[in-house]
Amino acid sequence: MKTKVAIIGAGISGASIARVLSRYENLEVHLIEKAPDVGWGVSKANTALIHGGYDDDPEKYPMRAKLCIGGNRLWHQWVKELEIPHVWNGALIVALKEEDFDELEKLLERGRQNGVPEMRIVDREEVFHLEPNLTREAIGALWVPIVGQIGPIPAVIAITENAVANGVKTHLETEVRGIKVENGEVKGVETNNGFIEADIVINAAGLYADEIARIAGIDYFEIHPRKGEYWLFDDTVPGPRRVLFPTPTPISKGIVVTTEVSGHLMIGPNAQDLPPEEKDNLATTREGLKEVWEGAKKLWPQLPPRSRVIRTFAGLRPEPTGGDFIIKAEEEVWGFINVAGIRSPGLTSAPAIAYEVAEIIKRDLGIELREKSKWNPYRKEITHFFMMTPEQANEAVTKNPAYGKIVCRCNNVSEGDILEAIERMKFIGVKTPSVDSVKFRTKATTGTCQGSFCRPKIIQLLAREYGVEPWKVTLKGKGSEIGIGDVKALLRGEEA
Amino acid sequence: MEPFPQIPMLSYDVVVIGGGPAGMAAAVRAKELGLNVLLLDENDYLGGILPQCIHPGFGLHYYKEELTGPEFASRLARKLVELGVEYKTAARVLEIKNYSDLEKVVIFTSPTGVYQVWAKAIIYAAGARERHAFEIGIVGDRVSGIYTAGEAQTLMDIYGILPGKEVVIVGSGDVGLIMARRFALEGAKVKAVVELMPYPGGLARNVMILRDFDIPLYLSHKVVEVRGKGRVERVKVVRVDENLNEIPGSEFWISCDTLIISAGLVPNVKKLEAIGVEIDPATGGPVVNDRLETSVPGIFVAGNSLLINDLVDYVAEQGELAAEGAKEFIENGGIESRKWIKVEKGENVRLIAPHYLSGDRDVYLYLRVARPMEDVELRIPEIGRKMRLPVVKPAEMLRVKLKAEEIKNAERLTVEVVEA
Ligand SMILES: Cc1cc2nc3c(=O)[nH]c(=O)nc-3n(C[C@H](O)[C@H](O)[C@H](O)COP(=O)(O)OP(=O)(O)OC[C@H]3O[C@@H](n4cnc5c(N)ncnc54)[C@H](O)[C@@H]3O)c2cc1C
Ligand SMILES: Cc1cc2nc3c(=O)[nH]c(=O)nc-3n(C[C@H](O)[C@H](O)[C@H](O)COP(=O)(O)OP(=O)(O)OC[C@H]3O[C@@H](n4cnc5c(N)ncnc54)[C@H](O)[C@@H]3O)c2cc1C
Repeated sequence: MKTKVAIIGAGISGASIARVLSRYENLEVHLIEKAPDVGWGVSKANTALIHGGYDDDPEKYPMRAKLCIGGNRLWHQWVKELEIPHVWNGALIVALKEEDFDELEKLLERGRQNGVPEMRIVDREEVFHLEPNLTREAIGALWVPIVGQIGPIPAVIAITENAVANGVKTHLETEVRGIKVENGEVKGVETNNGFIEADIVINAAGLYADEIARIAGIDYFEIHPRKGEYWLFDDTVPGPRRVLFPTPTPISKGIVVTTEVSGHLMIGPNAQDLPPEEKDNLATTREGLKEVWEGAKKLWPQLPPRSRVIRTFAGLRPEPTGGDFIIKAEEEVWGFINVAGIRSPGLTSAPAIAYEVAEIIKRDLGIELREKSKWNPYRKEITHFFMMTPEQANEAVTKNPAYGKIVCRCNNVSEGDILEAIERMKFIGVKTPSVDSVKFRTKATTGTCQGSFCRPKIIQLLAREYGVEPWKVTLKGKGSEIGIGDVKALLRGEEA
Repeated sequence: MEPFPQIPMLSYDVVVIGGGPAGMAAAVRAKELGLNVLLLDENDYLGGILPQCIHPGFGLHYYKEELTGPEFASRLARKLVELGVEYKTAARVLEIKNYSDLEKVVIFTSPTGVYQVWAKAIIYAAGARERHAFEIGIVGDRVSGIYTAGEAQTLMDIYGILPGKEVVIVGSGDVGLIMARRFALEGAKVKAVVELMPYPGGLARNVMILRDFDIPLYLSHKVVEVRGKGRVERVKVVRVDENLNEIPGSEFWISCDTLIISAGLVPNVKKLEAIGVEIDPATGGPVVNDRLETSVPGIFVAGNSLLINDLVDYVAEQGELAAEGAKEFIENGGIESRKWIKVEKGENVRLIAPHYLSGDRDVYLYLRVARPMEDVELRIPEIGRKMRLPVVKPAEMLRVKLKAEEIKNAERLTVEVVEA
């Protein structure tokens, strides 16, 4: 008999847990996600940093302190096994005033305590050697070489694909609405798509983890959203080589200036606390964006003109009561494991969180985990036309003419890339065709023109491959359809 | 020199990049001049954006008759085919390499393979892109129902999809006004056209559309925010003062399910920038001489990649001129001139091209004013040229013909638009 595991939430936490648990032959793992695709919750909009693990105080936030550095080390292996876009470029925490060095010393000391290797404080001369275009006001920095960056949604997609290849079952567009508990033991989850039986329920529901815990009868914590906003610039705008942080304040790590993995200068985030009922408020605001602009300018005075902005966006951090990650098997309800309050550095910590959960299953639930004789740690990255040399491209086109047709001109995404993305969407169970699903797999629509040339073509491909009318293709799931009918629908009185 | 030994190699006198009206006119002219020419366009069809412009208003100067976009495009395409010009559609240029004046390589991909084409000259006619919602500072929710005008036009007129039924349009330029009519004709309610400036941006004949269809125009207003769940539900509009600063307390919301951004075009010149072509920040296109040659010898530019045109007729004219330039360049191994007369922007001139004149030939100057004025004179003091104009508007590109005689002795020319 296999132990059935239901994981609620296919964000970076849930997906990582699914991958790690897919290794064991006596587990049957179900990954349940209410969105149409994976990685669209908190994991979608963040700074995408693999943090260094030096800033979480192990006394106050033991889980964060331990799992951040653990996660950082594991990512070095995961990005290779799963071919996740990444860069290990290191970070500078910049001092602008003499007093800042006191704070940097503290971080250095804390980093040593947490086991962070190779950090050191660098002087003015070296800081400009590491980052020539930094503000002239800089007087030194803490240099943390192990910091890196990844593509966060591509990471969730890669991990999920690998988990599915290893036998995990996904349930997308499936919202958990109830948890069946009998005699203090979980029996499964009620969803809009029926009951899913489970011996273990893992709550990795991001911003909603408090609500899920509550329906299981556990209510010692609450999660409130803390908004962060960003600006992203055209890829022709020069950005820094390193990740640049200001010296942190007691409330925040501060506004980062970085060149993200696709080569775009990105600035953000600020931090604004929202009331608990605003967990879906992802609207950008002028005040927030202004705050980010001004903050970033302190480190990077050469901000480009507004005409070089290609996008602004916002993310919500799930801030838990107490501030530390809540990762534990709850005693009142046997089989219920919380992976809640996964705020920053949750992306960094995710692989370590997943191993922690496996450990909890063994140690606290007493379930022996038997490794599969054949478990596949590898996953191949989707074909990206833009990464091919002309020779490689010619070879790909000769085999499949679709690779010769460019759909997204800003990023050179070919029809072949998009058809492969659609295949991969279907492989992990994406049911509703959406432009965003293609975007996160291929980078189409993310360039200078923001999709005005290629979106109509992507819609055609999605409509054809999913066998739906083109206007029923969505931007990001049901309720965000591209159109209301064919062009004569209103004149015929058939408005949707 | 062989950059990619493993991919097929072609060789032409001229490669034309872009099969819109500029590119087609250039290819036709180049062929007529006896050049061996290849035209490349990434779309499945020729015509650039014209096939989606199903309204009339094209060709009055070039064909002396009013045509729709597809009609204009098919006339040029027919000529191209009749002359036997070689062209490839679904052929996307990935990169231009400039080895020397007469040795250039264009790498393109197509469903039959990736190719390198050696050419002596290149005519770049890749059109423009539209400014999008993020670029003009709109904040709020990221929802379905926000399209640029060109995208909405593609959805409707190429693919037959109706984006929505209650529409707000940002921008009262020709493109925005034409899209307002397009939506109204399909039975959608156009709830507002919102214009930042105190005057409408389009040609007078297009501004009439608003009256014809009873569409409210908000001048000195801007859309600042979009809200909605899956789809646009409402947009926030705010009034601005004469310095374009927002007036606090003047905000109001308009409910709608579609927001169309028609906030101007930007020449598509990234591939030129990549090989060091000098760009004029005012036009957004390359700095050119009177043969439309860029700062990189043998690279010519025409149409919306040169500067944003409102009339396709001028676009086609520029294509022909660029082809003539290419012919001269190839024959003489370069465009030679005794001297280059610099054209300067004077009072109330926002942009102007070409930037350098040889004085050896007649030339058209294309320019736009910065602000509307009535009863004015366009003056070029250095040559004593004066031209009376009843009205000038930023939306209407001015085209001025200068004769070789009148400019040949000038050192430079300053063009100004001043009260008469
Ligand atoms: C502004 C910002 C910046 C950040 N920067 C960084 C950084 O640089 N580095 C870093 O390490 N971390 C960073 N983080 C933190 C990191 O993004 C999060 O810790 C991480 O993404 C959390 O992942 P998750 O899987 O726990 O949550 P999520 O990604 O939210 O996943 C939870 C999933 O559960 C689903 N769900 C919810 N309720 C239900 C239900 N009832 N039924 C079914 N499914 C449900 C949701 O749809 C969602 O997909 C940042 C966060 C923010 C907001
Ligand atoms: C809504 C609207 C209404 C208009 N109304 C009128 C009107 O009434 N009257 C009028 O005269 N004009 C009108 N115009 C303007 C006119 O259509 C344009 O000025 C003209 O089409 C520009 O031509 P072009 O050849 O420069 O560019 P385009 O028509 O944009 O053609 C450029 C071509 O180059 C291709 N291309 C780009 N990059 C590459 C590459 N790397 N490789 C291969 N191919 C590439 C593009 O796909 C495109 O096909 C209107 C325009 C719009 C959008």
